Amino acid sequence: MTEPLKRPKRKNPLKKTRLPLSPQGIRSRTAHGLTAAAAQGRFALQVCADCGTVLYPPRDACPSCLSPRLPYKDVDPRGTLVVETTVRISTDPYFRERTPWRVGTVKLDAGPMLVAHLHGDAVEGGRVRAELKLDRSGAPVVIALPEKDTPNMADDPQLRELTCDPKFRRVLITNGRTAAGQAMAKAFSEAGASIVFVGIADPWKPFPGMDALRGIERVEIVPLDLTDTESVTELAEQNGGRVDIVVNTAEHVRAGGIVERHGLTIAREELDVRYLGLMRLAQAFGPAMRARGADGVNSATAFVNLLSVHALANWPVYGAHSATEAACLSAAQCLRAELRPGGVKVLNVFFGPLETEWFQQVPPPKVAPSQLAKAVIDALKKGIEDVFVGDVAEDIRARLAVNPKALERELGS
Amino acid sequence: MGGSSERKSYDGVVACVPVTIPYRRYSTNGAHWWIGQALHTLTKRAGLRAKDIDGFSLASFTAGPDTAIGLTQHFGLSPRWLDHVPLGGASGVVALRRAARAVQAGDADFVACVGADTNQVDSFRRMLSTFSRFAQDAVYPYGSGGPNASFALITKNYMNTYGARREDFGKICVAQRDNANTFPYALMKKKLTLDDYMSARAISDPIHLFDCVMPCAGAEAFLVCREASAKSLGLPAVRLLSTIERHNAFPEDPIQIRGGWAADVDDLWAMAGVGPSDVDFVETYDDYPVISMLQFEDLGFCKKGEGPDFVRSHTLTNDGSFPHNTSGGQLSVGQAGAAGGHLGLVEAMRQLTGTALGSPVHDAEIGLVSGFGMINYDRGLASGAAVLARAA
Repeated sequence: MTEPLKRPKRKNPLKKTRLPLSPQGIRSRTAHGLTAAAAQGRFALQVCADCGTVLYPPRDACPSCLSPRLPYKDVDPRGTLVVETTVRISTDPYFRERTPWRVGTVKLDAGPMLVAHLHGDAVEGGRVRAELKLDRSGAPVVIALPEKDTPNMADDPQLRELTCDPKFRRVLITNGRTAAGQAMAKAFSEAGASIVFVGIADPWKPFPGMDALRGIERVEIVPLDLTDTESVTELAEQNGGRVDIVVNTAEHVRAGGIVERHGLTIAREELDVRYLGLMRLAQAFGPAMRARGADGVNSATAFVNLLSVHALANWPVYGAHSATEAACLSAAQCLRAELRPGGVKVLNVFFGPLETEWFQQVPPPKVAPSQLAKAVIDALKKGIEDVFVGDVAEDIRARLAVNPKALERELGS
Repeated sequence: MGGSSERKSYDGVVACVPVTIPYRRYSTNGAHWWIGQALHTLTKRAGLRAKDIDGFSLASFTAGPDTAIGLTQHFGLSPRWLDHVPLGGASGVVALRRAARAVQAGDADFVACVGADTNQVDSFRRMLSTFSRFAQDAVYPYGSGGPNASFALITKNYMNTYGARREDFGKICVAQRDNANTFPYALMKKKLTLDDYMSARAISDPIHLFDCVMPCAGAEAFLVCREASAKSLGLPAVRLLSTIERHNAFPEDPIQIRGGWAADVDDLWAMAGVGPSDVDFVETYDDYPVISMLQFEDLGFCKKGEGPDFVRSHTLTNDGSFPHNTSGGQLSVGQAGAAGGHLGLVEAMRQLTGTALGSPVHDAEIGLVSGFGMINYDRGLASGAAVLARAA
């Protein structure tokens, strides 16, 4: 039984904030196959292409047949927790602060033995399911969960260390005027966030959905204009020390490519709202978040970027927009490296055309804002780094993996 | 497993000049200093000059970036036979058997075998995180308990499987402490009672404080040469009746319940021409008492799973029915890195040549030494053993 998490008390401003430490995050290049799987919430291990042996730890030759063909593939995550121990004395500063810490050896049904972190409800001799997660250093680790869900299981301290669960955390949604922003506010409130700050530029200007937004529990409207450095800085000065999750819902979608478009006005606006907006946000909130990565139950935990899937492959129908999104994706990669020392994850959410007025001419399937919000909450609860939402995004991901050049030609015709 | 062809004897080859450079908890000196001290003492006691040493075998974790070759220049050696044995707790036995073959074949006349490591503040932690690729990728990030956590899993599984109790492991540790109390170089000499053992703080369940070895700095060394050479130099020596080594044995065992000895134990006794009941003392590799218990079983002193009963029915002190780890072993002397893999061997040489520094085993003529090492992922990979006898 997992003890349900207690709502954290108000922080004593005179007390020292515990600084974030990282567990050892070095991995061999081969082991980064696990990183790729963990980033997407998949459980994939090396499977020998010649003899079918499932391998762990990662290797460069199959111990059964010496084949070098060892691709990562999704495998059955079920197994038995053969034996466990509770580490009470650790050599590593990160774990020293977190002992007692349970680890054990899992015999996977698929074959290999895994040394794994243990969820509190995983018992010796019992059935478990293994999941790959990214730890606070961004490196992949295995955790053994009870085979079936148990009450309050997300509150387990060893599991919560690997996730970005919004429960009891304080969230900033940067733009509440959009349908996505409003759906996000509702979803975070329902997920147990303790405060949902929702940014609104020019709050005196009414907008559709305003009353419903104000009616959501624990929503607090704050003035925020991502195109205005002063506005962003001011909000960070007031609330930067109590924002644990940032969700950038700033949108700027205009159809059209590059050659047919006259002038740069729209392109500038796009970049100002999306790319420079992201930079302003990261510069204002990033330092405090990075310093607060181990600040108790409501530690800073995630920076969420909503990105068009066309950041990965340009769609000339929305060609300029795609390019701006690509800039944001590149910035997010930089941000990921910069926030990692604080144990703060950067979640990139790739989605296809939204069910909004700016994609009016685009045929379905489209992504409903509520679907996008649900995907963000799920991804944070799992602690993953990259998530693809909707059929178009999944389609692009699959085609990119097979033949990026074919995708480029097909998107452009 | 077992050997497929007949093993040749080590007739005419001996090991002599057991050297220990007294251990220290921490050392400000590097591994090179410890290795140098060992060579210095070894040559002096053997009555040899450095240039007489034409074979050099080194085991060390902390000599980096150097390996044995770089150290030849460092120490002014010009050997015609050189070996680096990165096998941790199995390095002593493996160094011995390789050196013996070199001498037997005429590739070298005097092989100096040295196991030495330094221990500096924080060097142990740094070694753990990069001990092996598997440790880096798949063990150290899990609580960073180091070998304590890995052996905790092995110990717990053994207890679950064969009904061993903490008291059984305690008996091994307490007896070794008794043995250590007369051994001048033991770092831990405070009398240990079973109550002390049982009530010690938990480190990684079921491993408690006195199950753990203490990392320290130190060196062990010995010389391998022809029996005739030892005689002419007036050096008391031991003969090698048989040796085995085996690595990554039984990978199909989900958790380690036996070591590589089990694969070759029949060869070991057949080649020696004696049996387990003929040995006068046993030096096991004891980083965690469960591993000593595995060795009692896998080396033929009792059957698999009978380790706990075997321990309960014997006294393990030097004056007991089964003298075990007669200098106190690593559990009481300390674990000086790769020197730990030589500790039992060097002590066995002393017991068999009547030069014990602590309390002697009465009339010791045959001794068994075994080694075990390298927790690469979830189990120790390297194992070896040697049956030694007092030279006539």
